[in-house]
Amino acid sequence: MATIAAVIASTHHPFYYRASTSTGAERPDFADEWVAKITSFRETLTRANPDVLVLVGSDHFHQIWLDNMPQFLVGKAPFYDANWYNEEREFGLPKMFFKGQENLSAHILRSGLDAGFDLAFSNELRIDHSVTCPMITLRPECDLPIVPIYTNIFAPPLPQPKRYVQLGQAIRDIVETWPENLRVAIIGTGHLSLELGGPRQFGPHGPDPEFDRKAVEWIASGDIEKALGEVSLESLWEPGNATHGFLDFMLMMGVAGAGQAADYVDTLDLFHTMEAYFTWYPKGGNA
Amino acid sequence: MSKYLLDKFLYTVDRDPELVERYREDPRATVEWWEAERANVILNVLTGEKSTWLKFDDVEREALATFDIVKLFELGAHPFLSLTLGIAMFERDYEEPLGYQLHYAQMLKHFEMPYPDITT
Repeated sequence: MATIAAVIASTHHPFYYRASTSTGAERPDFADEWVAKITSFRETLTRANPDVLVLVGSDHFHQIWLDNMPQFLVGKAPFYDANWYNEEREFGLPKMFFKGQENLSAHILRSGLDAGFDLAFSNELRIDHSVTCPMITLRPECDLPIVPIYTNIFAPPLPQPKRYVQLGQAIRDIVETWPENLRVAIIGTGHLSLELGGPRQFGPHGPDPEFDRKAVEWIASGDIEKALGEVSLESLWEPGNATHGFLDFMLMMGVAGAGQAADYVDTLDLFHTMEAYFTWYPKGGNA
Repeated sequence: MSKYLLDKFLYTVDRDPELVERYREDPRATVEWWEAERANVILNVLTGEKSTWLKFDDVEREALATFDIVKLFELGAHPFLSLTLGIAMFERDYEEPLGYQLHYAQMLKHFEMPYPDITT
């Protein structure tokens, strides 16, 4: 059976690539601290020695559009091209390419459907920065096969928050029953409070530092009950109009498990958004 | 009123470098052309089979013809699409980093919670 080598939840910040690779006058003053934090975060995945990566993210109106909008979609393809023209234009992201792990994709689809999740699938998926940002930060070699899973956190109506948690719990169980003797890391990215295209965007901090503080505490302590008690589809508009990206963090709390405190927690208060990085090692790191 | 069609315009222009420039240079003519030629194209259908019913109302058409981000926000256009396309067209006109983005936020500052509904 497969082993869950690590569970990782992170913000995905499309500016990291440009900030970390820029030099001289172009290099922002926060770049060195950011790179140091990412380097330390990357080590938490490297140390887990994974063979396969399951990557949870959300398409930002690239391939997935309003005429055909799945709530949860699993990529099942032998390869994935990645990053789009407007991400190169706005963030300077490079074109990328990944090998898929189709066997695990098929297992997640079959088992997920049988567990009551009506998962959509894609046999030709060009993935975007919600998946490539964590590859850039955590595994820049891009040498491991992947299974991308997209959630809708972007185009209402959305599923209820508890459904993201339940899907996370199911993904955990499903990966653990994959009959391959391989080490799988499950990595998901979302947001804390965030505003895009609204009056609170691009402030000196994230739009709601108090929400961010609480959210980091819920995630770090694995307090799913409290998060579900305080978060609703309606309430998530208050901290910022793009804060529904927090639902992907809730999914990852489901993967990590109720009451499971993260083994690694770090944050970085940037303009515009609070960055947050979490790693869990199931079985106390002995997996 | 069609939030979907507003979003479809922003989405299809944003992903096409040529259309981004055309919209920046002549927004009104671009909106007129798009409504006549593109509004009813089903995006994953390559055979020419189209929809027959999609069109802007006068308020929506004018909001796009002037790229009026305040009006688009009020109408419930998806803010991510408006912002991304706005950055593509106008960030270049500002010298300071994030100058356009901050100006954009300033223009919307009179909106209070809850913001207009973006559900399509």
